[in-house]
Amino acid sequence: MAVQLFKRTKQLELKVDEILDLVSQSAMTFDQAIDSYLSEGIGTRFNQRLDQMVALESRGDKLGLAVELQMYNETLIPDARGDVLTLLEALDGIIDSFKGVLFYFSTESPEFPDELRQNYGELAKVTCASVEALVLAARAFFRDVQTINDHLHKVHFYEKDADVLVTKIRREIFAMDLPLANKIHLRFFAERIVWISDMAEAVADKLTIYAIKRTI
Amino acid sequence: MEVSILIFLTGGLFLGWSLGANDAANVFGTAVGTHMVKFWVAAAVCSIFVILGAVISGAGAAHTLGKLGAVNTVSGAGMAAFSAALTVYWMTRLGVPVSTSQAIVGAIIGWNFFTGSPTDIGSLVKILATWVACPLLAAFFAVLLFKIVSKLVNSTKLHIFRLDAYTRGGLILAGAFGAYSLGANNIANVMGVFVPSNPFTAFGGGELFRFTAIQQLFLLGALAIGVGVFTYSKKVMMTVGSGLFPLSPLAAWVVVVAHSIVLLLFSSQNLEHLLASNGLPTIPLVPVSSSQAVVGAVIGIGLLKGGHGIRWRVLGSIASGWVTTPIIAGTICFVALFFLQNVFNQRVFQDHAYVLSPPVMEKLAAEGVATNSLSALKDRRFESWAVLQEALRALDTPQPASEKTTRAFAMIEPLTVTRSKLNRLLDSSFSPDQRAALRAMMGEHFLHRWRFEAALVERSAVWRSLPATPANKLANRQLEDQREEAYLLFQD
Repeated sequence: MAVQLFKRTKQLELKVDEILDLVSQSAMTFDQAIDSYLSEGIGTRFNQRLDQMVALESRGDKLGLAVELQMYNETLIPDARGDVLTLLEALDGIIDSFKGVLFYFSTESPEFPDELRQNYGELAKVTCASVEALVLAARAFFRDVQTINDHLHKVHFYEKDADVLVTKIRREIFAMDLPLANKIHLRFFAERIVWISDMAEAVADKLTIYAIKRTI
Repeated sequence: MEVSILIFLTGGLFLGWSLGANDAANVFGTAVGTHMVKFWVAAAVCSIFVILGAVISGAGAAHTLGKLGAVNTVSGAGMAAFSAALTVYWMTRLGVPVSTSQAIVGAIIGWNFFTGSPTDIGSLVKILATWVACPLLAAFFAVLLFKIVSKLVNSTKLHIFRLDAYTRGGLILAGAFGAYSLGANNIANVMGVFVPSNPFTAFGGGELFRFTAIQQLFLLGALAIGVGVFTYSKKVMMTVGSGLFPLSPLAAWVVVVAHSIVLLLFSSQNLEHLLASNGLPTIPLVPVSSSQAVVGAVIGIGLLKGGHGIRWRVLGSIASGWVTTPIIAGTICFVALFFLQNVFNQRVFQDHAYVLSPPVMEKLAAEGVATNSLSALKDRRFESWAVLQEALRALDTPQPASEKTTRAFAMIEPLTVTRSKLNRLLDSSFSPDQRAALRAMMGEHFLHRWRFEAALVERSAVWRSLPATPANKLANRQLEDQREEAYLLFQD
């Protein structure tokens, strides 16, 4: 019975690790998809990344549900179950947001002026960096809670960077000679991207509290 | 066994049931309350290990309780146990946390007051001292363990799920250890009062298997504890947990282990022997309160964390319960014995006759009692201790300090070594040399127990106690048990 218990525990650990891997992969996929769009528009590379993102999101949903069911059925970590499930849901929300933004790109095909492409690319990279730092913090929460703050401060750092960048982009957009509808459209995409870094920061704030609660 | 004996034993069984219902929560409360361990697993493990602890290691703490007050009739013992059980049950229903150990001590003292028997102050002081030492020791062990466990958990970087699995396993193992300690230490509370009037006889032979009378008594009590665990402890377990201070499952594990260590320290004869044989101070073998140990451990951890989350009001109500419990149990026992004796005509106390014969006077002189003043009472027979005590106090030079000694040696406890009783030696725990010494005394009659024991020592050195050093404490206690067994075998 003890062997089965530890075998199931190991499988659960692997599932959680895979969920965190998926979040990290979704960030990298998003970054490359934005790069492809900014350089080629909607082409083969962008569509490949979009398909990849859909698969990641679907796999994330299945794993999240499996982990949740197992935790409830076996009444695992009763004192931290709520926190862990909230964390996994929030991370799944981030993958959903990445997918959502790419679908906006795919369906609305925004036209970026050349002078803004670099900024948008940078905004995507900084947002992805905040999510990567969040993934590292989440891994630390599960395995090495003492080092969690080493990663959480990076999430805040990148989120502030993203805020600065999005403000700069807004100013540049509205300083341009473009129809208002185009300006609003371009602003929308900047805000959708920066919103993901805001989500990462919100999760990081929750992780700070969860880490304190994990002290025995 | 007579029906009346069974009826009076139910007092002990009721107390055992109460103990199981209440104290199982000390061992598995947090584990079940936080859903780390299923109730049926906790109940099964608890019951099995309580029984093992009671039967294998329960004898040590029973000695001290027996010295506090030798309740020498089954009816008296049953009423003392019933009074304690009623107190525990009533206060539990009122929601006041209560200690079974304190209830039975109060009931025994109530019996002492009713029968005019002296309360052994040495044993009482020892017991009261442990009521202070037990929570303090538990707090110390909890703090020590907590620091070790914290360091270990932080350095091994276990995954949260792996840590959870280990904690569950640890809670079950700690619970088993705690249940064993509970059985070993607290069976004395449940059945200790029945030891002087034990209705069971040993069976089994040889060195391989032997089920002594005390083990049978303790098994019965332990089964009652097991029933209490299964039938009533779930409700108590589900309400225990964060009553005094919120604990994580790992901290709860530390509390259970600290509690178990303390209970075992106060009941392990082997540990006592180990300490004594290495020249270290020994810990008295006394039934201590499982609830006190848990409270001490929880407060220890709470203070280590800064003391902010401790619910001091709850602690206050728990502490006041510890004071009122023995008083209430003693009062109920006193009143109940009055009714049992005067309304139901049951003998709650077996008094002895006393005689100050020349051999008794010689023995008293050898023990340092001034016998010149006792010459007026020489060769007189006194039908009860009350009569003899009155006569002693009426002397020209009364010696209150030597009354206890006079009582012990003047007590008439007739024994006769007959063939039919010798035939039962095969069921005893005596060695071949000890049996040979007893057989050589066939046909002899003794008026006093001490004369019987002196004759045994004269016949064979195997009956002689070893020098009273700490290292010989365990061996001498075992010899004392054997002399008690011999007395019960040959008494008239």
